[in-house]
Amino acid sequence: MTIEEIENIRKRKRAELDLRVNSNYPGVERHILICHGTGCTSSKSPKILEEFNRIIKERNIENVRVIMTGCFGLCSKGPIVIIRPDDTFYSMVTPADCEEIIDKHIMKGEVVDRLLCKDVDGTIVHRLDELNFYKKQKRIALHNCGVINPEDIEEYIAFDGYKALAKVLTEMSQDDVINVITDSGLRGRGGAGFPTGKKWSFMKTETDPVKYVVCNADEGDPGAFMDRSILEGDPNNILEAMTICGYAVGACRGFIYVRAEYPIAVKRLEIAIRQAREYGFLGEHILGTDFSFDIEIRLGAGAFVCGEETALLESIEGKRGQPRLKPPFPAHSGLWGKPTVINNVETWANVPRIILNGAEWYNSIGTETSKGTKVFALGGNVNNVGLVEVPMGTTLREIIFDIGGGIPNGRKFKAAQTGGPSGGCIPEQNLDTPIDYESLKEIGSMMGSGGLIVMDDTKCMVNLARFYQDFIVSESCGKCTPCRIGTKRLLEILTKICDGNGTEEDLKNLEELSNMVVTASLCGLGQTAPNPILSTLKFFREEYEEHVRDKSCRAGECKKLTKIMIDEEKCKGCDLCRKACPVEAIEGAPGEKHHIDQSKCIKCRTCVNTCPFKAIS
Amino acid sequence: MEENKEKIDSDLQEVFGKYTRDKDNLIKVLEEAQSKFGYLPQRAMEDIAEYLQMSLAEVYGVVSFYSRFTTTPKGKYNISICLGTACFVKGSQAILDRAKERLKIEEGGMTPDGKFSIDTVRCVGACGLAPVFMINGEVYGKATVKKFDEVIDEYMNKE
Repeated sequence: MTIEEIENIRKRKRAELDLRVNSNYPGVERHILICHGTGCTSSKSPKILEEFNRIIKERNIENVRVIMTGCFGLCSKGPIVIIRPDDTFYSMVTPADCEEIIDKHIMKGEVVDRLLCKDVDGTIVHRLDELNFYKKQKRIALHNCGVINPEDIEEYIAFDGYKALAKVLTEMSQDDVINVITDSGLRGRGGAGFPTGKKWSFMKTETDPVKYVVCNADEGDPGAFMDRSILEGDPNNILEAMTICGYAVGACRGFIYVRAEYPIAVKRLEIAIRQAREYGFLGEHILGTDFSFDIEIRLGAGAFVCGEETALLESIEGKRGQPRLKPPFPAHSGLWGKPTVINNVETWANVPRIILNGAEWYNSIGTETSKGTKVFALGGNVNNVGLVEVPMGTTLREIIFDIGGGIPNGRKFKAAQTGGPSGGCIPEQNLDTPIDYESLKEIGSMMGSGGLIVMDDTKCMVNLARFYQDFIVSESCGKCTPCRIGTKRLLEILTKICDGNGTEEDLKNLEELSNMVVTASLCGLGQTAPNPILSTLKFFREEYEEHVRDKSCRAGECKKLTKIMIDEEKCKGCDLCRKACPVEAIEGAPGEKHHIDQSKCIKCRTCVNTCPFKAIS
Repeated sequence: MEENKEKIDSDLQEVFGKYTRDKDNLIKVLEEAQSKFGYLPQRAMEDIAEYLQMSLAEVYGVVSFYSRFTTTPKGKYNISICLGTACFVKGSQAILDRAKERLKIEEGGMTPDGKFSIDTVRCVGACGLAPVFMINGEVYGKATVKKFDEVIDEYMNKE
């Protein structure tokens, strides 16, 4: 297709979709948007779509369309349904609710009050943008997620899709593109934060005629799902960005390395690639120019270390994903020994907008050293679980308390964990640090891919460090000794402490060995593996000391150090705990004091959470 | 479990038809083979090594490296418990412990009748529903030990 033909599609489709973004849309059409991200799909959102379509067809209702979209972000309220153009936001919808939405909302224009969402403070929310969750967000990487149908390329085109590619191919030289990306201050969103423009410029100077562009979508950090949501909600954005880069660095082939555990993302990428080829955005002579470029998908087979760029390249080549020695860096010798540029999904997602809006627009957002926005996957003990995109420099307190709505069940905040198994735990006193790459490093954590797990005071920091170390031990590739053996020894020491057999010397050894693993490991995985230990030792040392000295775990998570007891003074004999106990370890008749048979108790804490009088701890 | 060698050989011919003998194709071939058999039988790995002209050790090296590949068969109902951080923080360890206790097998194991197996996964991306477990890909969110018991009872009564 020519650029002119694309422009015609854009005009036609944009008018058709105006009601998606214009809340004063004058027409009578209505669009029912249903989230089809992994979270809402797991809670049966495709059934809701089917049901709406069934009713509409059966009753022959006109001017209503039902559309699947990517993630709206507020996963804990799913499945989410939004009606445009009035923007009404329905949460936790079931297929049984569809009839009422059609009857009342679509036919009579009345809102179905019982399906409206309640904010954390109890106020009823009608529209998406009224939720505190969305107020402080700025969506750049996620701008299309929840707006367009990710399986329809024309919807992507409608909202300026592939306009940046057309601009690059017709108006800009290769150096122009690299300069804009460099000037924008965009840095890699996958972890270390290397300047993206600089990475591209290394490629430009390589003379090898064969070069590759790679998208790292091996989101291995457990608890992070921003890359997945971008791929599910806006796959064409990534294809466009990679093609732009292909032009800028002179590459003709691209690879997307995506986790096989993300079947929906893989399917949408496949559809997007097929449609992009049909419309002439991929393949030979893109948009009628001399530039040719194509993209293939490679599936990751489940190895955390493959997020490390050289290990990822090994895996694309069909081998064990073990990191290579650097230098040579991939820009010089990457995939099959050819110059290769690798960026993470979220980094790519920023590129087309930067090309369209300019470097100044982008670098006016954020802090001195870190420009633009960052997407965080907010999870754990926080009210609003979901995806959050905020300008760099936002504080953790704003993210957790303003956007996240604070800690549920009246518990107290204890720590926030960023950067997954490579990051650290941030205590209350550091919550007001404006977050960017540098500040997070200073307080012993790192940006990482953007997982942000909140923990309340029922979480044991020693046990958490043990959890991450256990993960690292099973994911260490085994190539270098400090990581393979060092992390295993660290895990043993932590297990010993959690079991109540730790000594003062263990604490010393833990620190010493951690520092050794940091210094001596070959790749980023090992070099950052002890971070959860070092940061918890720094900020929560008294908990380690309690485990060692007093053989007690204040959070009650280390089972060998705890006994669950019923406080007889507080017990009202309501019998709820006895009924809730899965192993029948609680004895007592209704109306009488209950007690726990310690030999049967599996310490699952179900009773603790069930008791209305807080008598069990 | 007795491996039906002829069946494996002929099933793999279909897979080989799609790929050249290029070593780069190893992971893709293994993926397809596993989706055919549910796991990677010894015989399949031997065939693949021969087709791609590499040693069985190299094939096994790749199989054992990636957590998606398994050389042991799964039960009719495979229970996957998410141990991603978001689920862990919300108590998925208790679900795993309960699963092991109920079915009397370890992680990665299968009940003697071949009905159930247990494995763990690191994040299925449904963190909004944490903690989650899956049975044959069906996601059960906001799980508790009690809810797990109810679901398992249901499956116990199934064929």
